[in-house]
Amino acid sequence: MTAHALQGGFAEAPVQSARAFREILEAMARPGTIRRVAGAEPPAPLSVAAGVALLTLCDPTTGLHLAGGADCPMVRDWVAFHIGAPLVAADVADFAVGSWEALQPVSRFRIGQPDYPDRSATLIVESERLVNHGPALTGPGIETATWLNLPETAAFRANRALFPLGFDCLFTAGDRIAGLPRSTRVEKI
Amino acid sequence: MPAPDAEARKAWIATLAKAPPARLADLMPELPPHDLLRAPEVGAVMVRGRTGGTGAAFNLGEMTVTRCSVRLADGPVGHAWVQGRDKAHARRAAVIDALMQTEAAPDLSARILAPLRAEAEAHRAARAAKAAGTKVEFFTMVRGEDQ
Amino acid sequence: MYVAVKGGERAIDNAHQWLAEERRGDRSVPELTIPQIREQMKLAVNRVMAEGSLYDPDLAALAIKQARGDLIEAVFLIRAYRTTLPRLAGSRPVDTGAMAVDRRISATFKDLPGGQVLGPTFDYTHRLLDFALMAEGEPPTPIPSPRGGGEVPGAAAGQEAPPSPLVGEGWGGGSPRVPHVTGFLNRDGLIEAAPPSDATPPDLTREPMELPADRALRLQALARGDEGFVLGLAYSTQRGYGRTHAFVGELRIGRVAVEVEIPELGFAVEIGEIELTECETVNQFKGSKSEPPQFTRGYGLVMGQSERKAIAMSLVDRSLRWQELGEDFTGAPAQDAEFVLMHCDNIQATGFLEHIKLPHYVDFQAELELVRRLRAEAQTLQEAAE
Repeated sequence: MTAHALQGGFAEAPVQSARAFREILEAMARPGTIRRVAGAEPPAPLSVAAGVALLTLCDPTTGLHLAGGADCPMVRDWVAFHIGAPLVAADVADFAVGSWEALQPVSRFRIGQPDYPDRSATLIVESERLVNHGPALTGPGIETATWLNLPETAAFRANRALFPLGFDCLFTAGDRIAGLPRSTRVEKI
Repeated sequence: MPAPDAEARKAWIATLAKAPPARLADLMPELPPHDLLRAPEVGAVMVRGRTGGTGAAFNLGEMTVTRCSVRLADGPVGHAWVQGRDKAHARRAAVIDALMQTEAAPDLSARILAPLRAEAEAHRAARAAKAAGTKVEFFTMVRGEDQ
Repeated sequence: MYVAVKGGERAIDNAHQWLAEERRGDRSVPELTIPQIREQMKLAVNRVMAEGSLYDPDLAALAIKQARGDLIEAVFLIRAYRTTLPRLAGSRPVDTGAMAVDRRISATFKDLPGGQVLGPTFDYTHRLLDFALMAEGEPPTPIPSPRGGGEVPGAAAGQEAPPSPLVGEGWGGGSPRVPHVTGFLNRDGLIEAAPPSDATPPDLTREPMELPADRALRLQALARGDEGFVLGLAYSTQRGYGRTHAFVGELRIGRVAVEVEIPELGFAVEIGEIELTECETVNQFKGSKSEPPQFTRGYGLVMGQSERKAIAMSLVDRSLRWQELGEDFTGAPAQDAEFVLMHCDNIQATGFLEHIKLPHYVDFQAELELVRRLRAEAQTLQEAAE
């Protein structure tokens, strides 16, 4: 393992992961709001926000799927040292990280079972940028409506139709993060 | 200096992990300057057994463990995973692992690892001798109805 | 229905303070230290580690002190603590064949290769109270070891020949191995095979237990199950409720190394040693529709020195295997996986049992009104009949 992979984790894990968890929780609870996170310096091509989300949410008991460019030796080593999550195929993953294109087809990810809807995947979607402009989001956690520059709408509408099953998404760009749980309705405007 | 071979490193990491923390501190009271790549962290390892001693794996229960990773000022990186919750033990073991990859290795090997190994072996031998003292031969007695 | 109650903060504070005083007891008696409990109450420490499912003798000793010797309360404290620990890894399966044995006995083979070793056992004591321990007298004079190395308390003076050291034969070079008795039967094909597998086992501390549970899950539940409950079930099989015709093929106690794959190193290292008790039963089996006549196995493995639990576990494990061996279900409790697995955990049991002492005022109010109404109705009917 190269020395570089040993850097870029939380320096003060209890405090930093608690803060990051709170931000991610807010992002999920209020879909579409864009929040900032800090504390991770993951190797390229991962963004700071994706690194923070992985450090905060994953551990040796959560299977992680690295999609596309995220599946490179530096990222694999960094995950092994700082997180310890086993790297797994898409169809058994608890978490997956990569660009929206690399994650396709998203129908391969777990959506849970009727008695355990939580046994589903969370997709960390690496994006170029995050702005409150684009498809309209409504539903739990959104007072009236909000907007987010989602890469498409069809996949999220199909996912919403599976409720209470389905996958959940976190969108990351730089140090910014936004959530899109399976309960959110997405409409093209 | 060539990279140490994995077998030798595996052996010294195990010796350091199993060393009584107080004894290791006696042998190596001062640590050279180092950075913490991963600050000492207490956690659990799930210990597994095998069905029937040789069969499929199952989860027996957890044990406490502390891990730590350090880098010396001149570059070598050391790792430690030690049983228990002693953060100083993990840090000391990680620093010695890093030093064992430098020219200090022969000296440390003689001054720290050799005595630790000898003491562990003496402890094991003393216990094995006690066990051997309770070794028995059972004799089957002839029963009346067999005569 | 649960309804919050409030009030009583001062009473609760005072109760906690009194609890601390009672824990300390008479202050003219020296206070127990954690090392004293760890070293001198070792079997209690072992039980708390096994049922708390966390190997850490110091923490178990602390829990026993804090719980005033209530071992289930101590197990509860350990279970609560372990949930705060990040799970860093799973170990490689421990190799009990490489155990440094303190004790190793077989009820089936008197001349087992490697020898029978009694170890520090209660078995041949007379169960008479030793008042010397109370008088704090001098410890018994150790009898010199026949081998000259170390001292062996209790070894018979003038024993025949010096015993040979405990070394297994021919099971791979290097580390001394002590072969398993079942290995000999296996070589002759007289006992069912236990083919190795390194598949990651299910973990009931991570995923809720689902039935039917495979053997790995059953063994995990039994290993952390209540000793008394598992003992009672095992005894019931011996008395005929799902009889399994068990012999203790081998019982061994000793220390094994725990090896963990370390990602940053790229290889596995030994991170420490733990004491384990292992029991393998050899069970008579006349064959079934699916299996030939052969000996079958029950298995027990417990943290620490805990042979009653290990033997009991292996008997219950064997009873629960009726289905895979094609045996009949006789309705015995020890054969019923749901009954055994859902009730063997003393923390789940005590939590549910003890909660009924907490305020249930609204529930009871409803019951009270129901009984009053029924009584009134019954009285009206009676009066009408008269």
